[in-house]
Amino acid sequence: MSIVFERPHALIDRPLHYCPGCTHGIIHRLVAEVLDELGIEGATVGVASVGCTYNSYEYFNCDMVQAAHGRAPAVATGIRRSLPDRTVFTYQGDGDLAAIGTAEIVHAATRGEKITTIFVNNAIYGMTSGQMAPTTLVGQVTTTTPFGRKPELHGYPIRVCEMLSTLEGTAYAERVAVNNVPNIKKAKAAIKRAFQVQQERKGFAIVEVLSICPTNWGMSPEKSLEWLGENMMEHYPLGVYKNVELTSDGAK
Amino acid sequence: MGEKILMKGNEVIAEAALRAGCRHYFGYPITPQTEVAHYMARKMEEIGGTFVQAESEVAAINMVYGAASAGVRAMTSSSSPGISLKQEGISYAAGAELPVVIIDIVRCGPGLGGILPAQCDYFQMVKGGGHGDYHNIVLAPQGVQEMYELVVDAFNLADKYRNPVVVMGDGYMGQMMEAVEFRDVERIERYDKPWAACGSEMKREHNTITSIYIEADVLEAHVNHLYEKYRLIEENEVRADVFNCDGADVIIAAYGTCARVTKNVIKDAAKMGIKVGLIRPVTLWPFPKKAFEQYASVPKGILTVEMSMGQMVEDVKLAVGGRNNVYFYGRTGGNVPAQKDILAEVVKIARGEGGDLR
Repeated sequence: MSIVFERPHALIDRPLHYCPGCTHGIIHRLVAEVLDELGIEGATVGVASVGCTYNSYEYFNCDMVQAAHGRAPAVATGIRRSLPDRTVFTYQGDGDLAAIGTAEIVHAATRGEKITTIFVNNAIYGMTSGQMAPTTLVGQVTTTTPFGRKPELHGYPIRVCEMLSTLEGTAYAERVAVNNVPNIKKAKAAIKRAFQVQQERKGFAIVEVLSICPTNWGMSPEKSLEWLGENMMEHYPLGVYKNVELTSDGAK
Repeated sequence: MGEKILMKGNEVIAEAALRAGCRHYFGYPITPQTEVAHYMARKMEEIGGTFVQAESEVAAINMVYGAASAGVRAMTSSSSPGISLKQEGISYAAGAELPVVIIDIVRCGPGLGGILPAQCDYFQMVKGGGHGDYHNIVLAPQGVQEMYELVVDAFNLADKYRNPVVVMGDGYMGQMMEAVEFRDVERIERYDKPWAACGSEMKREHNTITSIYIEADVLEAHVNHLYEKYRLIEENEVRADVFNCDGADVIIAAYGTCARVTKNVIKDAAKMGIKVGLIRPVTLWPFPKKAFEQYASVPKGILTVEMSMGQMVEDVKLAVGGRNNVYFYGRTGGNVPAQKDILAEVVKIARGEGGDLR
């Protein structure tokens, strides 16, 4: 009998602490599958950030470094520059990457750091209980926009992939979603490519993953997946924003 | 004996780091320490090391955090306002037990303050600066030769104890030019780093570098472990230059530039029949408490001289423990206590006419 499906080796067999219905588990699994498929678990250092995934080092089987809030791209820069033959990724949320860590992500990208960033955008601060994120949609109710996000008071949501794709140092930027199976498969392909871009030292690579937060959105997981498709994708269109040709493309 | 070279303090910092095996430097321009970055930018490219001009001091210290996590010797340098920004990263490095080296060439504050030399970063470096229960090891050179030696020692101590080490000099220490001899290559120690996050190669369990421990008892155990380490450091690494103290009438406590001015005050006072001793802490943390305990009964008291409004004087008072009068004389804003003014304080104290009693 052959095994057709199993837990990726790069994902530790341990119960996740995330809320029921949270999509971090799916995204963790996709990253771990890619580490397995590329055979790089032992050559990878991941950087955990601050937010719900602060302890993702409990789940990823590769070496991990926990970074201060927003500083993961700077920490990853230090690691990558010290270990030129290793693979380095950051796993960051929207508050971490697009608010407190904006300077770090923009400059890591513009320097063309050979790192891969998994950017999970669920339009809200999850861990601190549902405050407005830089990616919160106009009109969206959060604990700090109790009457909905109003542009005249709170500004506009940031489109990270579009912004970073203007920088020469960014080699690859794609936005994906994990709201249904076809999109999850596309997300996996994007994450894999983002690691391959690093392996070929092309520059900075980012995959923005539209994700859900049933707890802080105040919806069931099923309704949250629908809400993502109906609301988030309009402001955050899926697609490839920056791409480079890879040697491995020719091999296919 | 090797060759003596005339060099600027900031350049010696960079050269010392390179000689200590540092191949990863991350910095951000700020006066009066920027020559460290100039030197590193050139040399690192020549020798294939890493120089990154970061987008901020915040980013620079976090790059050092990353590099140290990976197991290499890494350094950043800055000056007071920039150090304030680095405090977040220093606290994280202390919590995660990372061997990082931080250079602080101190200028006057608060706020943007000025670019002239000062010693008013004592509190932020010696007393923490960042959040949480932790200590930096803090080394204070009094000149360019000692700057070389202490920067090399900083890398050794950082690796030995897995702890942030600060080399703190007032602005003169960075800007002055003096003869330096790059001797004592045997000072460089090497430590294995089996804890580093550098890729497991699937040959060991994965390594994790972290400073977060969510459960109270677990965090308390971690902090107790840190404090056990600090106790060892206090036991083994205290350094002070004790000069002319036996039979002294007055003892001056001073470090860096103030200690050098004091050496001349000692000569002037001797001509007036007053014997002045000097206790110069070389390690500001761990503080040389025992040297002060030993001389706490000096007949006329202890005068602390600083380029600040009085920061180290608090540690002097703690060490003296109420057994004697502790006086203070300081200048700030970029001014240096003048030899004649320190002497005037010494004469007042020696004659029992008082002073700024703390």
